[in-house]
Amino acid sequence: MSLTILFLAAFGLALVGFQIGRARGRTLVATSGIAAGTAARARIGAVHSRPNYHGSFVALLALAPALVVLLGWSFISEGVLTDSVLASVPAAERPETSLDRTSFMNEVRGLAAGEIDEPFDLATIPASRVYAATQTNYNMLAGAVAATLAALGGFWAYSRLTPQFRARNRVEVAVRWGLMLASLVAILTTLGIVLSLIFESLRFFQMVSPIEFLFGTRWSPQTAIRADQVGSSGAFGAVPLFWGTIFIGAIIAMLVAIPLGLMSAIYLTQYAKPSVRKVLKPILELLAGVPTVVYGFFAALTVAPRVRDFAVWLGMSDASSESALAAGVVMGVMIIPFVSSMADDALNAVPGSMRDGSLAMGATPSETVKRVLLPAALPGIVGGILLAVSRAIGETMIVVMAAGLAANLTINPFDSVTTVTTQIVALLTGDQEFDSPKTLSAFALGLVLFGITLVLNIYALAVVKKYREAYD
Amino acid sequence: MNTNNAPPPVGSNQPPKMTARGVNVFYGAKQAIKNVSLDVRADEVTAFIGPSGCGKSTFLRCFNRMNDTVDSARVEGEIKLDETDIYAASMDVVQLRARVGMVFQKPNPFPKSIYENIAYGPRIHGLAANKTDMDGIVEGSLRRAGLWEEVKDRLGESGTAMSGGQQQRLCIARAIAVDPEVILMDEPCSALDPIATARIEELIDDLRGKYAIIIVTHNMQQAARVSQKTAFFHLGTMVEYGDTSTIFTNPSEGRTKDYITGRYG
Ligand SMILES: Nc1ncnc2c1ncn2[C@@H]1O[C@H](COP(=O)(O)OP(=O)(O)OP(=O)(O)O)[C@@H](O)[C@H]1O
Ligand SMILES: [Mg+2]
Repeated sequence: MSLTILFLAAFGLALVGFQIGRARGRTLVATSGIAAGTAARARIGAVHSRPNYHGSFVALLALAPALVVLLGWSFISEGVLTDSVLASVPAAERPETSLDRTSFMNEVRGLAAGEIDEPFDLATIPASRVYAATQTNYNMLAGAVAATLAALGGFWAYSRLTPQFRARNRVEVAVRWGLMLASLVAILTTLGIVLSLIFESLRFFQMVSPIEFLFGTRWSPQTAIRADQVGSSGAFGAVPLFWGTIFIGAIIAMLVAIPLGLMSAIYLTQYAKPSVRKVLKPILELLAGVPTVVYGFFAALTVAPRVRDFAVWLGMSDASSESALAAGVVMGVMIIPFVSSMADDALNAVPGSMRDGSLAMGATPSETVKRVLLPAALPGIVGGILLAVSRAIGETMIVVMAAGLAANLTINPFDSVTTVTTQIVALLTGDQEFDSPKTLSAFALGLVLFGITLVLNIYALAVVKKYREAYD
Repeated sequence: MNTNNAPPPVGSNQPPKMTARGVNVFYGAKQAIKNVSLDVRADEVTAFIGPSGCGKSTFLRCFNRMNDTVDSARVEGEIKLDETDIYAASMDVVQLRARVGMVFQKPNPFPKSIYENIAYGPRIHGLAANKTDMDGIVEGSLRRAGLWEEVKDRLGESGTAMSGGQQQRLCIARAIAVDPEVILMDEPCSALDPIATARIEELIDDLRGKYAIIIVTHNMQQAARVSQKTAFFHLGTMVEYGDTSTIFTNPSEGRTKDYITGRYG
């Protein structure tokens, strides 16, 4: 019996509990002497909670202990099984290092599941039988414990159902806890990611000094697999990556996205007729839903060659087909809907009376935008732009496809540059050793990126919030 | 004929400043103003009264073409400012609005300094040749709005950081900074307390004679106190128009009388 079935069984049991509890609740209503035709006031309160709440109460008390048992078991079961399997193997054939043990157990599990036919290590064949048998036993045991507890919980809950019993209030409490746990999952996961970033980065910084990483200007993470290979020591100066990220995401992309996004927002909020706005705005927002990989190949296949031709025409005969300009421009286009919808919100938040006041003074629509609406909406717009920047520097696909992998420290937009995200992809794709500085540097890069976007987001949200309050 | 507080109309033999003839206003298919004709004299305050939704604001906004900013609004008929049709193709709304200023129900100073609020109109219309000129315009407008003494030491502070009554007087000062000929006021005191209201009424009284003023109000006493002519609107039509003193003491229409005495509205 597999764990999945056990979990399903627990839910089935809870469903049964629900039916029983609800039936009981209905009986309570029926026997409380109140007929269906009685005045509402008499019916409310005769039985405190509706039958559904009685049912949910029983179901919850049956489900909760069973789930706790099964979840607990699913966490420890692998460890317990491994121990008993290894204990069954004769000492001479027992794997010694932890690496060997892992591969041994992998084979055991594969055999037990019928995925492997001929194991590499013959000792795993009897071990796999032990594994299967023990697993069945233990799962049955866990299932029995869970079922007993579920039954006990259910019966206890059932025994408490009376007309006065406040099942509704208990169920509400359970719902609140359930929701809180759900939100904790997201927060704890994020926390876990951040912690793992920090720990892996610390390991990296034991091998490479943070000073070199943060201020060095040469990036060449090619450490060798074997110690005697040439070029076994890499260079981990990340400045070219930081520069590339800023150059593409915060400079070139924004040079495209800010003016175009702002102008389209101004057009849509101030000039467009409602009918035009109703069509254009959703289309613009639809652009935000285009997968970035589509923008990526558009950048790589359509824009980049044109940019190169242009560079050649300008006289740069060695222009590469990958360029900061191609990636930045396409990224800017991708960000336009983002900037424009933030600016749209900010402009709309400026009270209409400002616009009327300005128009009534004889200002033209464009003077009104320039002198009253934009200054009033500026904090909101700036906040939106900062959010856009933080999105742009985290963007990966376009730069991977169009900007290249060469860590150049250059201000020539026709040169190929690389960004933090691109390098992370490059570092972690393919076969990697898990404790080489090359691999670990990805975590350090990720940490820096995370730090920058975090600060940008916090600051931008604070700006936007403060600005919203100003007009509420 | 009663002559309680309104002075006799001065120079009423002059041609009217603005005239409306047969004005209809539609919002989409719905007619909000039905065939209204009326004269506004340069040296008088004209009050529009009437129950909520009867079209006072709509009609007022015809005089500076603010209805142009409402997409669904359509104006028919003829409105003239000094004999020129303001709805004629040759009329430039920018110039029209410089000549016909407006003060709104809710004070709406721009989120700029007090100085910049006043300087806004003169800058747009290029009325000041240099900083000294502008300083003079700002001071003059604030003085005429009775605000100078209160704000002369904090002209750099934000216009939105003042009290409601001060903000409304700032908006009046802003309107008169471009030296308009007509000022439209849409319930300028409805967001203010009685003391601030009294100050605005005083101000309106001071401004009378320099500017033609049209004021929309829900406050009967206010109409009686500040205006010389009153127009009573009901369901989009102008029911009665005449000297304020006559309207308030001896209205010829039953509906006017009912409204003024508070029987409905
Ligand atoms: N922008 C608009 N679109 C459609 N209908 C409008 C619009 N503005 C006003 N109306 C309608 O026109 C009629 C007159 O409105 P208006 O605002 O002129 O009344 P009012 O007399 O100023 O009322 P109040 O005293 O409440 O300010 C109302 O029935 C209103 O619903
Ligand atoms: Mg109104």
